[in-house]
Amino acid sequence: MFYREAGDFNTSYAEDQQTFPIKFDRYRYYVVLFIAIFVVPFIINDYWANSFLLPFLIYAIAAIGLNILVGYCGQVSLGTGGFMAVGAYACYKLMTAMPDVSMFIHVLLAGLITAAVGVLFGLPSLRIKGFYLAVATLAAQFFLVWLFNRVPWFYNYSASGQINAPERDTFGILITGPNTEAWATYMFCLIFTIASALVARNLTRGSVGRKWMAIRDMDIAAEIIGVNPLRAKLTAFAVSSFFIGISGALFFSIYLGAVEVGEVFGITKSFLVLFMIIIGGLGSIFGSFAGAAFLVLLPVLLKIVGVDWLGWPTDIVAHLQLVIVGGLIVVFLIAEPHGLAQLWRVAKEKLRLWPFPH
Amino acid sequence: MKYKLGTLAVAGLMAASPVMADLVFPSLSYRTGPYAAGGIPFADGYADYFTMLNARDGGIGGVMAKVIECETGYNTEKGVECYESTKGEGALVYQPLSTGITYQLIPKTTADNIPMHTMGYGRTSAANGKVFSHTFNYPANYWNGASGAINYLLSENGGDLKGKKVALVYHNSAYGKEPIRTLQELSAKHGFEFKEVPVDHPGQEQKSQWLQIRRDKPDYVIMYGWGVMNQVAVQEAANIRFPMENFIGIWWSGSENDVLAAGDKADGYKALTFHGVGDDFPVFDDIQKHVVDAGNAAGAGDQIGTVLYNRGLYAAMLAAEAAKTAQEIHGTADITPAMMRDGMENLEITEEKMAGLGMPNFGPSFSVSCDNHGGPGLIGMTQWDATAKEWKLISEFSETDMSVIQPLIDADSGAYASENNIEAGCK
Amino acid sequence: MPEQLAFTIEVFLNGLMAGVLYALVALGFVLIYKASGIFNYAQGVMALFAAMTLVGIQNGQVPFSHLINAILGTDVHHFGWHVHSAIAIVFTVAVMVLLAVCVQRFVFRHLVGQEPIILFMATIGLAYFLEGVADLMWGSEIKSLNVCATEGACLPQGLNMWIDETTYNAFGYGFFIDNLDIVASIVAIILVVGLVMFAQYTKQGRAMRAVADDHQAALSVGVSLNFIWILVWSLAGFVALVAGIMWGAKSGVQFSLSLIALKALPVLMLGGFTSIPGAIVGGLIIGVGEKLFEFLIGAPFLGGATENWFAYMLALLFLVFRPQGLFGEKIIERV
Repeated sequence: MFYREAGDFNTSYAEDQQTFPIKFDRYRYYVVLFIAIFVVPFIINDYWANSFLLPFLIYAIAAIGLNILVGYCGQVSLGTGGFMAVGAYACYKLMTAMPDVSMFIHVLLAGLITAAVGVLFGLPSLRIKGFYLAVATLAAQFFLVWLFNRVPWFYNYSASGQINAPERDTFGILITGPNTEAWATYMFCLIFTIASALVARNLTRGSVGRKWMAIRDMDIAAEIIGVNPLRAKLTAFAVSSFFIGISGALFFSIYLGAVEVGEVFGITKSFLVLFMIIIGGLGSIFGSFAGAAFLVLLPVLLKIVGVDWLGWPTDIVAHLQLVIVGGLIVVFLIAEPHGLAQLWRVAKEKLRLWPFPH
Repeated sequence: MKYKLGTLAVAGLMAASPVMADLVFPSLSYRTGPYAAGGIPFADGYADYFTMLNARDGGIGGVMAKVIECETGYNTEKGVECYESTKGEGALVYQPLSTGITYQLIPKTTADNIPMHTMGYGRTSAANGKVFSHTFNYPANYWNGASGAINYLLSENGGDLKGKKVALVYHNSAYGKEPIRTLQELSAKHGFEFKEVPVDHPGQEQKSQWLQIRRDKPDYVIMYGWGVMNQVAVQEAANIRFPMENFIGIWWSGSENDVLAAGDKADGYKALTFHGVGDDFPVFDDIQKHVVDAGNAAGAGDQIGTVLYNRGLYAAMLAAEAAKTAQEIHGTADITPAMMRDGMENLEITEEKMAGLGMPNFGPSFSVSCDNHGGPGLIGMTQWDATAKEWKLISEFSETDMSVIQPLIDADSGAYASENNIEAGCK
Repeated sequence: MPEQLAFTIEVFLNGLMAGVLYALVALGFVLIYKASGIFNYAQGVMALFAAMTLVGIQNGQVPFSHLINAILGTDVHHFGWHVHSAIAIVFTVAVMVLLAVCVQRFVFRHLVGQEPIILFMATIGLAYFLEGVADLMWGSEIKSLNVCATEGACLPQGLNMWIDETTYNAFGYGFFIDNLDIVASIVAIILVVGLVMFAQYTKQGRAMRAVADDHQAALSVGVSLNFIWILVWSLAGFVALVAGIMWGAKSGVQFSLSLIALKALPVLMLGGFTSIPGAIVGGLIIGVGEKLFEFLIGAPFLGGATENWFAYMLALLFLVFRPQGLFGEKIIERV
């Protein structure tokens, strides 16, 4: 019903390769972008920014990063929390060492530093595969968190070992610290999210992405047809860690403002981001967004319904939240094992043919 | 919790239509997650006290108090969500009950002009009100705790700790690392040997730590633990037959939860405190009458009189008294968060006041000022009696070594001020 | 005996004991992974759930009492009886079997033939779900666990003192070994021997091994996959109960019990996901390795608290040389 089309008649490779081959999808995408950029900043308030939009945008970047590694390159990683911590601490050190430099540059540099660390911890992937690798990346997770907790240089020798984001601006607009405007932080994160999605999308459909997918589908076969597994795997680790580092930097500097490494970037964070991409859909940029939305927004929505509307005791609501989220994951899986992205794809496919499926 | 969810739902909907006259006390509680066992009694005590005030006194200064509970699960992100969703409701004072959430709310509450009370936790240097204008941590902080423990040991040893060994078993996090500097200073001052023994989160496995202690044979062990780490530490200490009376926990390691699992072996374990323990106070009769018997007890209603419940009660009492002070200063019953801040900064707790509230000797008497948001830092010592299954206060609330603590507070708050371009001074 | 050596030996012994406790948790993972290829993330939560159920039954707690009270306005908490621990264990096992049936019936039956990562994810959903149910059922406050084994009461009291004294007289240094650890080791040995006997000598056990070897072949000779999977989940539930009791004895039964799964992961890596002896040997190596490292290097030179990451680093090191773990099946790759 939404879709009126008569078949694929592409006359150029560019047309064949485009992200949204259907006009309707393309326009919808533009509308979403338009609303996100030109409408939301004018109506946003602190509550919406800090409770929904910032965590959603930041987790979406982390999910895109991890999806490149797990979904496109097939290397299961549980080190996300540790790599986010690298981004956060790199950003903190840069912010305090060079207060006058724009936050954009700090965040990007934090991403690059994380990429380097990611490559280092990606080396074992050349030998270790599957769940073994997943557990091996936990070594990175625990080691990094321990390191940031242990070495005082990382937290500038503060008494408690916490890091606090001082006030910094970019183009004269406050981005970090308590006195920021909701729209400024939102826009700052939005720019990074959109850029990450664009870069990731274009990387994954280019030759680099094809190499990753070849490695994912069968590494020995890929090696035989001339894909260098060393380079493919390490680039995947680098690019993935780059995004995760950016998200960690944003998470610390924009969203939370103060971080205790063991609590914020602990093992639960690694699992959370992994859950996001599995639920959203492995090997799909849209899936990264869907998964992040599902796991960030659903608990808050359930809380609002349970506590604020129904007035139930908070602990019962919190427990029910777990039951419902867990139950939904299982139900979704049984309905569609390849995540929300696949569910979306199937729905679109059905709609294209509706109401005459034959 | 005797009314039905259905009526609760109706009540919830009605409450959603704003009744601005209420004094709102948000409670960022955690009844789930790894620290639930500690969060539940505190949240119950906090809520019950206000329920009791509403029923007994008709609120605070004639205005009803309303506690909005928000579940954080000790998770910083949920804490942000809770803060943002409650601050619009006219929240007067925040009690995050988590170091992580405290650190991240310190700048936010200051910017939003809402006070925050971190009683016996959070950022210790917030005691310097000239830098931390909206953060209060009276009546005692972690560094008082460390000094209080050493003072107690000094008094046990006739004022001389030379040549003694003191080990600190701590949760390897911002919270656990708090006392290290104080203890280092104190060890230099009193000539005892100081050793750090960190335990990583969550702390279910502490074998190596306690073997170290067994080998090094420290004379005393001080513990800064929280959650499962406490129970395991008490158990392991008992296993290596470390003399329990030489084992001192901070107040977050000194509740019934922490010792019950170890049974009789935990007998004699000590913990610091800054408020009374047990339910031998007249206020508990009022709670029984107005809250429990009326069926309005928070949670399951089975925590009354436990250490952490009392701490919640104490926090609520201090908040209510600060609200009263604010009402007096500003001459209005319907106070704003900014007025509440003034009330907290001018809070004075006297013996008569506490007796009048049915809580005689429940805590030390003290007053707050702009210079000192941390109160006097008077520390008492409690000891666990495993046969009677109760904590007993075994010392007076006594002074701590401010000559060591104050320079540390000034240094740390000064560093924070310069990092964040805060001009120190009283408003 | 020189002091330092004596301490090292003591640490070594205690590392072995800790390793047994890790292995107990790892066993549950191996059972399920071997038979069905599912990496069961929910194993830790199952241990929590089992231990909570045990304590709840023992104390005669009314399940879901908080929820019931909130909905119906009643005020029920306890049935007012105390069940003997042996009977409570039987009931708990029954609950775990019921759980296994439900998991099989409502979740994994619908996911037969899916990729491992999807099965893994289903167990994540299950973990969330179980955690919520456990809390709703029994409440999230901390509970102390009293089974004869946990107090070491089944053993002559003061056994560890006896060890201490005897070794002191013999070597001039008294070794410390915890009573609970001795119990745990005995239980673990019984459990492993029992499992091996079950797998070797009973019809169901053989069927289980057949399924582990080859699903299709087992199906074709008439083994009911459905039954076998319920069986392994029940067994894993039982192992979870044992692990829950042993760990819960120390810390009381509370949420953190579900985090013991993290202690089992390096053990699994090291021992291989598919080998029961691997889980035991891996557990021992990890236990000893991390304790010795903390004792000899971590605490004196690195500031301590190194155990968490060192366990993983150790396992990682092993894996670089043997990517399928110590006892894992050799990965044969064909194009």
